[in-house]
Amino acid sequence: MSTTSEPILRVEGLHKSFAGVEVLHGVDLAVAPQELVFIIGPSGSGKSTLLRCCNRLEEPTSGRIVVDGTDITARSTDINVVRRGIGMVFQSFNLYPHMSALGNVTLALTKVLGKSRAEATEIGRAALDRVGLLFKEAAFPNELSGGQQQRVAIARALALEPKVMLFDEPTSALDPELVGSVLAVMRDMRLSGMTMIVVSHEMRFARDAADRVVFMDAGRIVEEGPPEQIFTRPQHQRTSTFLEAVGGH
Amino acid sequence: MLARLQENFFNLDVAWRYLPSIGEGMIVTIHLAVLIVFTGLGLGLLLAFLRALQWRVLSWPIVIFADIFRALPPLVVLIIFYFAGPFVGIRMSGFVATWLSLSLALAAFAEEIFWAGILSVGRGQWEAARSTGLRYGQTLGYVVLPQAVRLAIPPLTNRTIAVTKMTALASVVAVEEILANAATAQAYSANTTPLTMAAIAYLVIFVPLVAFSRWIEHRFAWKH
Amino acid sequence: MDLIVENFFNLKVLAETAPYLVRGFLVMIELCLIVIPVGLIGGTIVAVLGSYGIPWLRWLLVVYVDLFRSLPPLVLLVFVYQGLPMMGVDIPALGAVVLSFLLNTSAYYGEIIRAGIESIPRGQQEAARSTGMTRIQTLAYIVLPQAIRNVVPDLISNTLEVIKLTSIASVVALPELLRMARLAQGSTYNPTPLIAAAAIYLAVCWPIVRFLSRFERRMTAKA
Repeated sequence: MSTTSEPILRVEGLHKSFAGVEVLHGVDLAVAPQELVFIIGPSGSGKSTLLRCCNRLEEPTSGRIVVDGTDITARSTDINVVRRGIGMVFQSFNLYPHMSALGNVTLALTKVLGKSRAEATEIGRAALDRVGLLFKEAAFPNELSGGQQQRVAIARALALEPKVMLFDEPTSALDPELVGSVLAVMRDMRLSGMTMIVVSHEMRFARDAADRVVFMDAGRIVEEGPPEQIFTRPQHQRTSTFLEAVGGH
Repeated sequence: MLARLQENFFNLDVAWRYLPSIGEGMIVTIHLAVLIVFTGLGLGLLLAFLRALQWRVLSWPIVIFADIFRALPPLVVLIIFYFAGPFVGIRMSGFVATWLSLSLALAAFAEEIFWAGILSVGRGQWEAARSTGLRYGQTLGYVVLPQAVRLAIPPLTNRTIAVTKMTALASVVAVEEILANAATAQAYSANTTPLTMAAIAYLVIFVPLVAFSRWIEHRFAWKH
Repeated sequence: MDLIVENFFNLKVLAETAPYLVRGFLVMIELCLIVIPVGLIGGTIVAVLGSYGIPWLRWLLVVYVDLFRSLPPLVLLVFVYQGLPMMGVDIPALGAVVLSFLLNTSAYYGEIIRAGIESIPRGQQEAARSTGMTRIQTLAYIVLPQAIRNVVPDLISNTLEVIKLTSIASVVALPELLRMARLAQGSTYNPTPLIAAAAIYLAVCWPIVRFLSRFERRMTAKA
């Protein structure tokens, strides 16, 4: 799929250091429109850092990241404009505790996109409906289960109609019985053609829904390919060791 | 003994005579207190916001201001404003001097309390807001400050009561508030009853506020 | 500018009035050394009695604490200073100051220490009692040391307020720092001594303020 069309997100030679310690040693990755790329790897392999560089929550030390033709690492780029087009979902949800579900979703619509309150409410409701939580629009985060909170967080990102969605371990903080509802929403988004980059340990979901699986270790991409190839015929020893450890075989 | 106590502390004749004067004092005290609360909290919030913008030229003077007015006794500040000011051509009434000095004290404490609130709002909140394209200032204003203010409410309520109580200091600079009027009445009547009345007047104003602060402390334990 | 130097930073006036200021400073220190321990002891008693589990006593202490949290310290001081002689009790200014500070600061210290006691899990008391310690021993050796350690910043913050509050003793003519500075100002017709007094308060209190801010930051960084 990645070869058939111009990539919507391209990472070139990305290096990232924290306090002099390099955690990404030159990463290249291209993601095609409507592709679901799944990044797996041991903790500390740099997969979250890679994801967070893609909307500059972390500043890359060197390298280039191009999103839909815009070099987001360029000095002249207004990062706030870029971020509208890149949705992000966090491990710890990070919903605003002082706002209702609808308030969480509409804040950026009114303050960033400058939409009227009525229009924002309409878009926000539609987004909550997509994640199956329209009936909770007035609820505050502390009145929602973890799975519901994460779905509101997804709606918050979706409402801005991003070109790409980044998921940073979206189900790691959830009780097992709540994981399914979040994955169902993600599967739904995939069917509607959203471009998604997912960092997660949900190997079953990767196998079912991903177009491509990327295995990272020690700040480098070790190998990538279609899920059945990575999971059944990994080319590298490190990949198979990791998959055995997490029971992905 | 009991008769003497009643005669000197709860003398109804004296109380009746000076009731209007104590009442007028209460109005002045409340007027001062309300002005101080608005000015002090408003200024404190503004300073915390400016400090959070992290411009060195701005945050250093704010820290120094907050340090000085937390370290100095309000009575010392008040006396300097009122008695030393005229020597360099700054003249203000006792009312204004009290308003100013206590507002600055409250602002200094409020700034520190708001700032502590801002620091305790998690990084994830900043990241979530910035990831939707909100600017730094917008994130601060719409996402972080509302949470910080809520965290700040219990300590702030206590501090606000402590500072507004100090309006009694205004009696030192000739403001006709409760204590000053009571002291005058006491001198004229050679009887302590007006001071008893003053104490009761303060209790009437502040006991509800203290009860309110207890309620708030139970209520506002933040649920995440 | 000259006006400010002449009136606020007049070295000649400062040299002339320095002995007054030094004496005032010493009285202020003396006052602190009396009222802070007295307040701490009073507060501990209030907190211990309040946590004893006797409903009416606890209720009474809440009333006591709220009463003195509502009453301005200056009103209390004037009341004690002017009122007691009316009852035939002759009280010197120092006595009036210490008594009113005791009433006022015990309420504040008491509230802080009580919060500290309540922060200690019940299991601590049960463990101590199960080893045969008496209630008082448990309190003295197990509960209070932990409770006080948990509220050290609040205790220091309140102590800062007490130090600043000693300035109101000037109103009843106790010759502490502010009073002496005002006398010196009166005799020289120059407010430099007031500025010097402010500088002395700043020198005493500013390190405490800094410490508290540091501490606060460390706590939030941990949380």
